[in-house]
Amino acid sequence: MTERASRLTLTRASAAHAGVRTRAQRVALFFSRVWAWAFLGLLVLFFVISVPLTTGGSVNFLTIRNSQNILVAIIPVLLLGLGQTFVIIAAGIDLSVGWVMSLASVLSALALRAAFNAGAPLFPSVLIGLIAALAGAATVGLVNGVIIAKLKVPAFIVTLGTSFIVRGIAYLMSENTTVIGLPSGIRAYGNDALLYYIPGQGGGLYFLQRPEVSGELLRRMDIILPYPVVVTAFVVAWAIFLLHRTQFGRHTYAIGGNMDAAVRSGIPVDRRIISIYILSAGTSGIAGFLSTLRFTAGSAVIGDPLLLSSIAAVIIGGVSMFGGAGTVIGTVIGALIIAVLTTGLVMLNVDAFWQFIVVGTVVIVAVLIDQSRDLIIGRTRGGAAQ
Amino acid sequence: MSDALLSVRNLTKIFGGLVAVNDVSFDVARGEVVGLLGDNGAGKSTLIKCISGVHSAEDGEIIFDNGAVRFASPMDARRVGIETIYQDLALANNLDVGANIFLGREVKTRRLGGLVQTLDDKHMREQSRQTLDSLHIRIPALTEPIEKLSGGQRQAVAIARAVYWDARLMIMDEPTNNLGVPEQHKVLELIRMLKGRGVPVILITHVMPDALAVTDRIIVMHRGRKVAEKITARTNAEELVQYMVGAREDVAA
Repeated sequence: MTERASRLTLTRASAAHAGVRTRAQRVALFFSRVWAWAFLGLLVLFFVISVPLTTGGSVNFLTIRNSQNILVAIIPVLLLGLGQTFVIIAAGIDLSVGWVMSLASVLSALALRAAFNAGAPLFPSVLIGLIAALAGAATVGLVNGVIIAKLKVPAFIVTLGTSFIVRGIAYLMSENTTVIGLPSGIRAYGNDALLYYIPGQGGGLYFLQRPEVSGELLRRMDIILPYPVVVTAFVVAWAIFLLHRTQFGRHTYAIGGNMDAAVRSGIPVDRRIISIYILSAGTSGIAGFLSTLRFTAGSAVIGDPLLLSSIAAVIIGGVSMFGGAGTVIGTVIGALIIAVLTTGLVMLNVDAFWQFIVVGTVVIVAVLIDQSRDLIIGRTRGGAAQ
Repeated sequence: MSDALLSVRNLTKIFGGLVAVNDVSFDVARGEVVGLLGDNGAGKSTLIKCISGVHSAEDGEIIFDNGAVRFASPMDARRVGIETIYQDLALANNLDVGANIFLGREVKTRRLGGLVQTLDDKHMREQSRQTLDSLHIRIPALTEPIEKLSGGQRQAVAIARAVYWDARLMIMDEPTNNLGVPEQHKVLELIRMLKGRGVPVILITHVMPDALAVTDRIIVMHRGRKVAEKITARTNAEELVQYMVGAREDVAA
């Protein structure tokens, strides 16, 4: 066969394989890529129309206040989900994130209180609280990562085990009660905002300065971009950079796509896996720290209910449970979908427990859509090459 | 054979009580394609795994580029330029062509005054494109995950990766397995192209026509021993099969 002929054959074979799809396939493929965005849009649209209708026009969904409530509400789920995104893309799972958040909340509260009571000024005390939260969380992540990477114990088992251990430690350290007695000044760190807006007479826009108002004006005041939201936004931006622009992110995908290939390509797989679990624990640690600031208290029970919600957000956002695929922005959308659903259903006066039924349904539908895409493009799973 | 790039001398590999490779010697010269033939369990995979650093042999020596070498890991072998393409190709199907060619050896650029390092995907894609072009491999979408490529295209990506990283000796394990006929031809074409560039290839196969089509020499193994070494032009399928099944054996081989 001449060279030219063989070139032609390869092109033709590839066209049959990768190029030409029917119109229906292309539409389906497009839908499977954008459905989460579309679903979020439809969800918002639905609540924008239905909330005023059911309340006789007295309540609106898309207000400044409600949008800020939603942003505040997604913080813990999103932070837990960000680390989990890396873990699941690397074909792992981290079941310890909820209790790591609890431990971080307790640790930061204890450290912050101790520092402040020892005479440290407020800001350094808060920093010490942050360091305690991150150090405690990172230790758990390190233990998870080392056992998973070096001792080859399945991630599910290891993180299940450490989640129990961390739970015990969090309860013991908090002496089974909320850690209170924190300096009241930290309330500002957890609740103040970049902007304040008081609509109408006697109001206006305030930047970085909580206006001294009371009564009707205080009731009308919107708090825009509270500091925890800003911090979370930075963490999101950093996660996007890390996953999509750096060698670390590339290796995360490679490990989840084909572990064997990653090892044989000389990627320091063990070290990467350990870092990924430290990262996962780290974002959970930030979540715990922020919750301590927000509630002026450390709590050992704060994180536990968030584990499954965070995994749900990751899956709705399109991260494959088989590893190798997913984006940070997908997880943000997933967390937003959950928060919008929860907030909207409450505003519709629907029993709050319905949110679980809806979220559960969305999770399953999300995976079904993901699988139908795989059918369309004929993807093989788990790195089987041929 | 003074111009041998690779010389294997009296190599022996034992697993427990089983002598998987028994006192095997052969040479591979620059620009030569050597076929390694044998039935399942003949020891050809074990032999090449000794050469590529996966196994370490009990006895014998490997001389590469006039120096004795001993590999503790496949990375050691790769560092001196011995690239092995196994049947599973060792590609990450969820990543694109450029990411795969540079897998584990990513090119980075410094940003923000050296503060952070980001992947230089543009550079990696350009380099990949050049390498593919030089091998006359046409892949339409370099930015798509390679799971969307055909088996032959993936094989071509694996070969391009080895070529980009200056493979000095290429070992290919059953490269035409699971491929359609046109793609088998393309892979054989690539082997000829490597030969043309002076890169020797050890081709492990049990497909007789492939072996006869592209190799210069054929080594036949049977039960861990080298039973024949033939100039391809001076042998035929019938004779080779007799060696493969153990019906014939060259004592001198």
